[in-house]
Amino acid sequence: MSALALTWHHTRFQLLETVRVPIAVVGTMVFPALALVFFVLPQRAVAQDPASATAAVAQLALFAAMSTFTFTYGAGVAEDRALPFDAYVRTLPAGPGARLGGRVLSGLVLGLASLVPLVLIGWLFTAADPTPGRLGLGAVAVLVSATPFLLLGLAIGYGLSTKAALAVAQVVLFPLAFAGGLFLPPQMFPAWLDTLSRLLPSRAGRDVVHWVLGGPGSGQAVVVLVAWTLVLGVLAVAAYRRDEGRRFR
Amino acid sequence: MHTATGATGAPVIEARGVTRRFGDVTALDEVDLVVEPGELVGLLGPNGAGKTTLLSLVTGQRRPDAGVVRLFGGDPRDPRSRTGLGTTPQETGLPPTLRVAEVVEFVARHYPDPRPTGALLDEFGLGPLARRQTGGLSGGEKRRLAVALALVGNPALVVLDEPTTGLDVDGRHALWEALLAYHASGGTLVLTSHYLEEVQTLARRVVVVDRGRVLADDTLEAVLERVALRRVSFRLPEASLDGAHAHARLAALPGVADAALDGDRVDVLASDADAVVRGLVTTGVPFRDLDVQRASLEEAFLSLTRDHAVEEVAA
Repeated sequence: MSALALTWHHTRFQLLETVRVPIAVVGTMVFPALALVFFVLPQRAVAQDPASATAAVAQLALFAAMSTFTFTYGAGVAEDRALPFDAYVRTLPAGPGARLGGRVLSGLVLGLASLVPLVLIGWLFTAADPTPGRLGLGAVAVLVSATPFLLLGLAIGYGLSTKAALAVAQVVLFPLAFAGGLFLPPQMFPAWLDTLSRLLPSRAGRDVVHWVLGGPGSGQAVVVLVAWTLVLGVLAVAAYRRDEGRRFR
Repeated sequence: MHTATGATGAPVIEARGVTRRFGDVTALDEVDLVVEPGELVGLLGPNGAGKTTLLSLVTGQRRPDAGVVRLFGGDPRDPRSRTGLGTTPQETGLPPTLRVAEVVEFVARHYPDPRPTGALLDEFGLGPLARRQTGGLSGGEKRRLAVALALVGNPALVVLDEPTTGLDVDGRHALWEALLAYHASGGTLVLTSHYLEEVQTLARRVVVVDRGRVLADDTLEAVLERVALRRVSFRLPEASLDGAHAHARLAALPGVADAALDGDRVDVLASDADAVVRGLVTTGVPFRDLDVQRASLEEAFLSLTRDHAVEEVAA
């Protein structure tokens, strides 16, 4: 069986395993939609203005993708590694490519799925009205911008034990989201925080998504995003190589 | 014919001078093991002896700190070397939400020439459970499925770690039959076990491992002879009790491998029970409730291990 077919096979089974516990999928889909309903819809000034509403939905989408990636990979991979079946899969004649590829692809599918209710509610109940092309471009921008968090999640998942991974994922995600301007607009930040913010992957991702959707853009955000993607990619591969499953006999 | 991989003529497993540490613990200490095609090898040793670590190196899950491990002549960490390898999840850990047939299919897709899922499930009496989620299986059913997974890829080598733990007698015999049929068709089998009966039924060659070293590597008969100890137990009347003195006298008797006092109860592990009883009578010790039994495999190991430790201290 070719490496590509095997990767697809792993993806399919990971999705199947996840879908068999529907509440887990529903949770990741409902959370960002609820955030939109509770925090954006009541603010008429934002919800009724097409540009602001689009930006708000995009920002929530980015946060949803970031948190799906950090948790499914961070906590999920650490959990899987502790299972005897994971050690068993390592004895099958498949390289790390199929397993890692399967994880990344199934994570992307779940990440996309978590955006569907959010986008639907945004489309129905706010003034956001992007063209289908913009919408597609925005979805790609969200997934690309969240990629550093996918790699961060993998590094956490392969580097730490289950309990540590869950704690670290939480500790890392929320401050990064806040300092990246995903909860409060960066315009409200003091100058020092704004400077710091521009160096973070969360802020860079936010700025890139806004840019793609017609907002003001900066080349710096792209550079910062690429740099974080490379650094975290190296970290993820190192953690994966070091990993030998559970750390006892 | 089983799927052949790697260089022709290479041993199925070849480990030379293999050392593996976990922090301060040396799990394997310069172990050598060569398994040729068609062999049926039982790996014996107490818990923590290094059996599972050795198997994890052979199946490519871990790297040795020193030495070389070869699987069909290749590096076990290279997926291509593992095309001819079949093994089982430990502790029968299976993805609980997947159905029985789905798990088999997932594994089968990794191999070039897998057995048909339906036939394999029938062989292991799992046919009617094909649509059941593995989380809903009984312990015995999970164990059967785990062993079936080892065979699904038509492997030339099957490696099993405690394959029948937790099975009832019928289940154990059914699995043995399946494994013997696999061996009869030309397959190579390496397994660890705690059950003497299992080793006696399945293994032709026995490797005893303890504290990361190979203590014995011989035919089944030769190893059984080495560990075939008797347990001679009796009671001493209160009046004659003088712990240290009695212990020294007992330990000095011919044929004693180990002696232990617990209150008025004495347990002697004997390599030659006849000599011990004869000696006991001539020393005039006023014993009662004499009982002679075959020592358990675990007791036999412990005594073999203790000799080993004494040699080490002396060296």
